[in-house]
Amino acid sequence: MSDKNLPVKADDEQHGAVEVAEPIADPGLEPHEYRITDIDPKAADRAERQVATMFTLAGLLFLGACVGYFAIPRDAILEFGPLTGNANNMTLGLCLGLGLFLIGAGAIQWAKQLMVDTEVIELRHDANSSPEQKADIIEGFNEGAAESGFGRRKLIRRSLLASMGLLGLPAIVLLRDLGPLPGRSLYNTIWAKGVRVVNDVTDRPIKPSDLVVGQLVNAQPANLTPIQEESPVEYQNAKAKAAVIVVRIEPAKIRTKPGRENWGIDGILCYSKICTHVGCPISLYEQTTHHVLCPCHQSTFDLADSAKVIFGPAARPLPQLPLAVDAEGYLVAQSGFTEPVGPSFWERG
Amino acid sequence: MSDTKEKAPATAEFPPPVKWLDDRLGVGKIGRKNLRKVFPDHWSFMLGEIALYSFIILILTGIFLTFWFKPSMAEIEYQGSYSLLKGLHMSEAYASTLDISFDIRGGLLMRQIHHWAAVLFIAAMMVHLLRTFFTGAFRKPRELNWVVGFGMLFLGIIEGFIGYGLPDDLLSGTGLRITQGMIQASPVIGTYLSFFIFGGEFPGDDMVSRFFTVHVLLIPGLILVLVTLHLFLVVYHKHTQYAGPGRTEKNVVGYPLMPVYMAKAGGFFFVVFGVTALMGALLQINPVWLYGPYNPAEVTAGSQPDWYMGWLEGSVRIMPGFESHFWGVTLSWNLLIPALLIPPAFVTLVALYPFIESWITGDKREHHILDRPRNVPTRTGIGAAFITFYGLLWIGGGNDLVATHFDVSLNKVTWFLRFAVFLGPVLAFWVTRRIAISLQRADEERLLHGLESGIIVRSPDGGYSERHTPISNYEAYELTAHDRLVPYEVGPETDDNGVRAPRRALNKLRAKLSHFYYADAVQKPTAAEIEDAHSHGHDDDVHELTDTEAFHEVTPDKH
Amino acid sequence: MSEKRTSLSPARFLSARRRHRSAGLVVLLFGLLAVGSAYAAFAPGSAVADNSAQSQQIEEGKKLFAVGCSSCHGLNAEGSGNGEGDMAGPSLIGVGAAAVDFQVGTGRMPAMQPGAQVPRKTPTYTPEEIEALAAYVASLAPGPAVPATDSYDISKVTDEQVTRGGELFRTNCTACHNFAGKGGALPNGKYAPSLMNVDPKHIYEAMLTGPQQMPVFSDQVMLPEDKRDIIAYLHALQEQKDPGGFGLGRLGPVSEGLWGWLVGIGLLVAVAVWIGAKGVKAKGHGAPGAKAEGAKAE
Repeated sequence: MSDKNLPVKADDEQHGAVEVAEPIADPGLEPHEYRITDIDPKAADRAERQVATMFTLAGLLFLGACVGYFAIPRDAILEFGPLTGNANNMTLGLCLGLGLFLIGAGAIQWAKQLMVDTEVIELRHDANSSPEQKADIIEGFNEGAAESGFGRRKLIRRSLLASMGLLGLPAIVLLRDLGPLPGRSLYNTIWAKGVRVVNDVTDRPIKPSDLVVGQLVNAQPANLTPIQEESPVEYQNAKAKAAVIVVRIEPAKIRTKPGRENWGIDGILCYSKICTHVGCPISLYEQTTHHVLCPCHQSTFDLADSAKVIFGPAARPLPQLPLAVDAEGYLVAQSGFTEPVGPSFWERG
Repeated sequence: MSDTKEKAPATAEFPPPVKWLDDRLGVGKIGRKNLRKVFPDHWSFMLGEIALYSFIILILTGIFLTFWFKPSMAEIEYQGSYSLLKGLHMSEAYASTLDISFDIRGGLLMRQIHHWAAVLFIAAMMVHLLRTFFTGAFRKPRELNWVVGFGMLFLGIIEGFIGYGLPDDLLSGTGLRITQGMIQASPVIGTYLSFFIFGGEFPGDDMVSRFFTVHVLLIPGLILVLVTLHLFLVVYHKHTQYAGPGRTEKNVVGYPLMPVYMAKAGGFFFVVFGVTALMGALLQINPVWLYGPYNPAEVTAGSQPDWYMGWLEGSVRIMPGFESHFWGVTLSWNLLIPALLIPPAFVTLVALYPFIESWITGDKREHHILDRPRNVPTRTGIGAAFITFYGLLWIGGGNDLVATHFDVSLNKVTWFLRFAVFLGPVLAFWVTRRIAISLQRADEERLLHGLESGIIVRSPDGGYSERHTPISNYEAYELTAHDRLVPYEVGPETDDNGVRAPRRALNKLRAKLSHFYYADAVQKPTAAEIEDAHSHGHDDDVHELTDTEAFHEVTPDKH
Repeated sequence: MSEKRTSLSPARFLSARRRHRSAGLVVLLFGLLAVGSAYAAFAPGSAVADNSAQSQQIEEGKKLFAVGCSSCHGLNAEGSGNGEGDMAGPSLIGVGAAAVDFQVGTGRMPAMQPGAQVPRKTPTYTPEEIEALAAYVASLAPGPAVPATDSYDISKVTDEQVTRGGELFRTNCTACHNFAGKGGALPNGKYAPSLMNVDPKHIYEAMLTGPQQMPVFSDQVMLPEDKRDIIAYLHALQEQKDPGGFGLGRLGPVSEGLWGWLVGIGLLVAVAVWIGAKGVKAKGHGAPGAKAEGAKAE
């Protein structure tokens, strides 16, 4: 067993000195064997024709793509059983795709069948520099360093390093206006005392009598839609925090948290729709179990039990919105949310 | 080039345009070295090319898309030709994506090619990474190229994820919402980071335009730099090759760039482009029109990221919900662990693997001959463990679809994964290492006793045996052309002068790891052992055919 | 998710037996129904006749109920078990005709076996039997009636209304049923079924009554026209030919990733193997005579 084949010790660096000739000596390259196309001119001609046919077909397909682009109406639909598609688009894609594939296949076939297939040997060279090169470079560097006086002139060196260090500051400071500071914005929503709970999309207000046991309403505050006219951005930002779900559960099944006795109306409860995990809107409500599931990460909350987390990665219950009924008999908020909605954040406490 | 064919006469001159360039750039010098550069021929060496070509396709189709895509979140009323969304308020980004899909001829095709190419880009990088890992191609001198490649994979994943967020449809918005939630929940700076990235509260109206710049300029630029570096290093180090007759650590055997690899690799580019285009034509991907415009109060079942983010999604999904509240702050372990600790730890481990392995084994030599995975059972086992860990998290990312398609409970899938991510990799490591060792034994059997010929011989005393035919010298060389694995030994406690060796504890750990690393690997036989086995085998044949003890005894002990 | 039809054949088997047991009764009911409806058709103005036809139908429904439903739901539809979670048979008092029409009309009831969720299957009862059952259950206590045909008639729905239906669909339905109505997972083995190829009436009834896990979207909160628009959008989705090729199940990125790996990477690796493969060799042949190219070898 030759020592050369062992991994050498860490402190003993050896480069490329390893032969793997043991236990059997390298017999050298296997003898070259000829392909049929090498010895049979007819086979070679056949291969040539194959390759040329592929190239020609590719060209024709590219032309076909251009014809299809203009000739096929842009809204025509193709249908072959389960395969459907926009006819213009699919023709373009099929022509281009097949054409490109044929060019590639032709080139590969050419290389495999007709180009010389004798293996060639190329020698490797060490990755590192030769000792002469090293000496040369070290000498040059030292000379340059000495000429600059960088090592000697401490004042220059230090002031340069300091100023370069300070250059980092404006680079960071300039990014300051990327966004406003959070302030209290994560704590507030547009819900407030007396704001009506209305249907998302249709904006219709809701009466308690409209809701039956097992009901789910995807809702939002009545003061949300007017914002859209003024500022679509503000609208989206407000909606991202204010969306709620309203459900009606048999009052007997509800376990009310102390202090929330008057937050619901005959089993009608309202919770934030924004998951306390990472903020997906949740409305996968199972009326039989009164569980609501987040489709993003499967956090499950029990709405009959103050939206307690019963499964999944969320750590906090969904915030509950205290409900009341206004003079006209519609559902309104008693107040805003009593805690921040949505995902956790460091300063939340 | 070792080719020393008769040189062209010294008066030979380039054709005029090449001469013009050569006079100014010296292109001849570059060409001389590289025109006939040798690449070894093996299918597994083409995997990285798939990634490179997908990247080129991404740039080409991406440029096409930018001609019509409007990276703006300004709200407009959609009046394009997709009737199911007509009249809805949506961002310009989403509306222009719909226009590309329905009103620009070839637009849908380009979008779909772009998306499929992205899927393939990252998949190919990952397959390429696995090939590099299992064959040990990352060893000296290629550790840095491993890191460069890893950097591209990392950037590619971010690039893909941002691209997924650009159309501003319901799915992409949901993905960004999740990302924003994770950023916001990061300790200390989370809230500020989120406000700076999104220009205020989520969703705001900045994210698409900001992410667009990152997607089309910053990250592609960085990837381009890394691609260049990666390819330069491949050329500089020359390609690795599998062991075989005539292939040594000092040469590279294969076909020259001009003409064989120009045709093969160039042809492969067209094949990759062709396949991607066919996928774009036939397989619908990311039908943004079905998702509808992003609305922070809407969500869809099956909200998943593209496949390469799936493992992260899975890691977040299977994490139980923990959160600490102390000193007036909130620490979200349910995000910190699965999103901010485990993935970076995993990724760092993969990125630094070449250095870790070389430290453990003490192997500091250059390697250009690749390992067969079976010959390094522990590394192969580690690779299998990593794949298993990744794969289980991946399943976690699609746990809802697993539940509906395999008729199991969503909760049970999640509970199973909570344990499996720890046990699965251990099991995979152990099983794979055992399989590798068995394969090594099979190789040894083949080497020492030859092939099973299928010929059964019956001896005069009625015993049956199968005759073995020895394998060719070429194959025998190929089977033995690898290193012996010898563990790192911790040196004596004190040197000759009685000075205690430094870092004794660390080196002890290292020796232990090294023994673990090489434990149980089958060492290839020595020349003497092979000789012995062959003569023995020969004897046996004779023995069985003649069956006379006397003859056996008088047979010379030589073959 | 396509509807689960795995238990189809046992369903047929069992229903066949059930029919067998009450075959005589069914024939009788058919006769009575035919007579009843013929009578109703010929005497539409007569309240007395109406009432008697109705009470007859209720009577028939009661008999059917006693044979096919009472073992789980109790002889008087009062329910058995806790009626929560496990579907041992909740009380049907007050669920209304719409609930019966949905459950029996989509084949969910009678259930084959208790489980996390009762799957859709081929209906066991004929439309007339379903009507009778519905009439019987509706007679127990007031509840949502089977919607009138024009409330889910989508033939006159305008494009704007379909778009609005899409908005309502994405806000209220996609969370469970997926963006293309393909269904999705719920906790503990339950699932939101696919909405493809479901009778518009049944979709309407599902929203109205909240079958199994599904919450209720009552007509007071989600108006009949809202429901109709949603149904119209779903219909448009179902009819839409995927413009980009195979829809890959319209399941989102998971199936796309799977196809990318299997088809994309699979095909390209196959080509890579072809590129690297050594072709057929002319074994034992000497140097080629014919081609000059071959001789250029090193």
